[in-house]
Amino acid sequence: MSQVNLFTRRINKALSNNQLQTSFRSAMSYLMEKRLSRFPDYEKLQLSRNKSNSIRANSVSNLGDLLLTLESNLTKNGIKVHWAENATQANEIIHSILNNANAKTVVKGKSMVSEEIELNEYLVDNGIDILETDLGEFLIQLDDDRPSHIVMPAIHKNKFEIARTFSDNFPDLKYTEDVDEMTQQARIVLRDKFSHADAGISGVNFAVAETGTLCLVENEGNGRMCTTVPNLHIAVTGIEKVVEKLENIPPLFDILPKSATGQECTTYFNMISGPRKDNEKDGPKEVHLVLLDNGRSRVSRDSSINEILNCIRCGSCINHCPVYVKLGGHAYGTVYPGPVGIVFESLIQGLDKAGALTSACTMCGACAQVCPVKIPLPKLINRLRNESIEGLGSDSVLGKGSMKKPLEAGIWKGWRFIYSNPLVCLLFVKTMTRMRLFVPTNIGKWSKYRNTPKPGKRSIEDIARIAGFTNE
Amino acid sequence: MNNSKDNILNNLLKHSIENKPSKIVDKESHKPLSNKKKIESLKSILESVRAEVHLLKYNGLNDWINSELSKRNLSRVLIGDSSIQRNLGLTFSDDLDVSYYSDSIESWKDKLFNDIDVGITTTIGAIARTGSLVLWPNSEEPRLISLVPDVHIAVVKVDEIYETFSEVIEKQNWSENMPTNALLISGPSKTADIEQVLAYGVHGPKELIVLIAS
Repeated sequence: MSQVNLFTRRINKALSNNQLQTSFRSAMSYLMEKRLSRFPDYEKLQLSRNKSNSIRANSVSNLGDLLLTLESNLTKNGIKVHWAENATQANEIIHSILNNANAKTVVKGKSMVSEEIELNEYLVDNGIDILETDLGEFLIQLDDDRPSHIVMPAIHKNKFEIARTFSDNFPDLKYTEDVDEMTQQARIVLRDKFSHADAGISGVNFAVAETGTLCLVENEGNGRMCTTVPNLHIAVTGIEKVVEKLENIPPLFDILPKSATGQECTTYFNMISGPRKDNEKDGPKEVHLVLLDNGRSRVSRDSSINEILNCIRCGSCINHCPVYVKLGGHAYGTVYPGPVGIVFESLIQGLDKAGALTSACTMCGACAQVCPVKIPLPKLINRLRNESIEGLGSDSVLGKGSMKKPLEAGIWKGWRFIYSNPLVCLLFVKTMTRMRLFVPTNIGKWSKYRNTPKPGKRSIEDIARIAGFTNE
Repeated sequence: MNNSKDNILNNLLKHSIENKPSKIVDKESHKPLSNKKKIESLKSILESVRAEVHLLKYNGLNDWINSELSKRNLSRVLIGDSSIQRNLGLTFSDDLDVSYYSDSIESWKDKLFNDIDVGITTTIGAIARTGSLVLWPNSEEPRLISLVPDVHIAVVKVDEIYETFSEVIEKQNWSENMPTNALLISGPSKTADIEQVLAYGVHGPKELIVLIAS
């Protein structure tokens, strides 16, 4: 089945689920309100968006140099750096690090990159016991489900479903639908895992080139557990997450939680600059960073699309998207949903594989208005729509022109012919205005949700002439 | 995988730099907070995320900690090594079962996870505008004291309250010497992953008690 048909099928499924839509609507409205309350001063917000934008744009346009500096400083600090061109390489690298340390059990903090490379599946297939420890991701893993939001992965589940998941998986625990009690149950189950795991895997929010520091933003403390308790820590991140200087961190850490969840500040900001030193008493003895490319360097070469790499994964564009709120995250069928997902997935996977997503946008512009790093998402989506048909852009866009349809192309070709030949055009307009009653009202998918357009009694030229306008 | 590195860098370097943005604007102008305002801001933001904040005299720490721990039935106490206890001027009462983090985690992990009620740490400062504590754990005061026990008590010196994170980084000259782990802690552990209902104490401490000492 084509990507378009598959996407349509998922859309129809989502649209027929009223409960899903109600819960997404209320969740997104709540997040929008909370975000807004953190930015009472419009001018200040614009100032801090500008600042964050220039920090990220600086990173993206100097990725090569910054990554080399990052590698050299991390190495100096004792953190081993690995480079992976694609998902397969990243998975193999992580697996071999685990194997070398004879690590069989892994606790993992939230990481979208690890979803992108399908790390869990790979490690499980290779006999590694890997456990998600972020509460939302833990619930997703128990249900063998997929995240529906990049910040709040289990947002599509209600507490009754979660209570059932708990009682199915942990029959010894008391059945409860109380959120506090369920949270405490998860604490008990996971603490035991933290204390016995051989290795911890985490993502990275920002990697500081200047000091060789990996920064992690979180609320729960599972990220700190994963990166502190086990003897081995492996961090995995996209190459675009590097920033030049330590002084770049406060502005980004200021705007990220406010944009994401409307929090003034997250509970933990964890900055890791090395493995345990000889005299230190805890922390992993080995720390590795896996830098994943997976198409990012290709995208970075084209300055008309590489702004997508500015993204700090706050999810604000998703929260404000009127299409996402109706569909939920699963309908996109990708790791990253919403506006950021449309652009990122189309670019990383190629338009031939994910270009159908570009239709899931009303061009309302809300995403661009709230983006803390000022990514012009509608512009990029529009550009990709165009690329998917015309295919005139750079080689940074994979699958360009792959969505061109012969019928549609033929119609436009005919249109161009008519309007570039005055006589043909005159004849066409006369025919259409006279025959207007014979235009069918049902013209397939177009008229399913819209009124069929009917030619008017008079052409626009006639109306203008009657109104007294001359040819000019 | 040196090959991968070269491939990635080749892909990047050929075409980068063409888009260098203008200089990063970094200084934000706002009126500096007075010391009193800094304390107020730190306290009120921390309290808004359900941390407990108390203003104490330095020589009152000992009494407060001893009496509150026994009142709250938090008898199994963990503190860094004895120098930390000395610096804070603490003499623990005999009813308390005090552990010092003097051995590597490997030798006593089970005890740390199961038999400690409260961890006490110092801080190297706090941030007024975000309600954050700044910690640089080290060999005297390891990382897990502020994470594993159910309750974390942190002592902030009143003259080490900064206004912003940027100020801390600049004044303490972080870029010259980052420690193995630097931390900002802004409340007890929390989650909103189930129906966006806020629940405290998911993986880290369930309670954060901040003692601002002057």
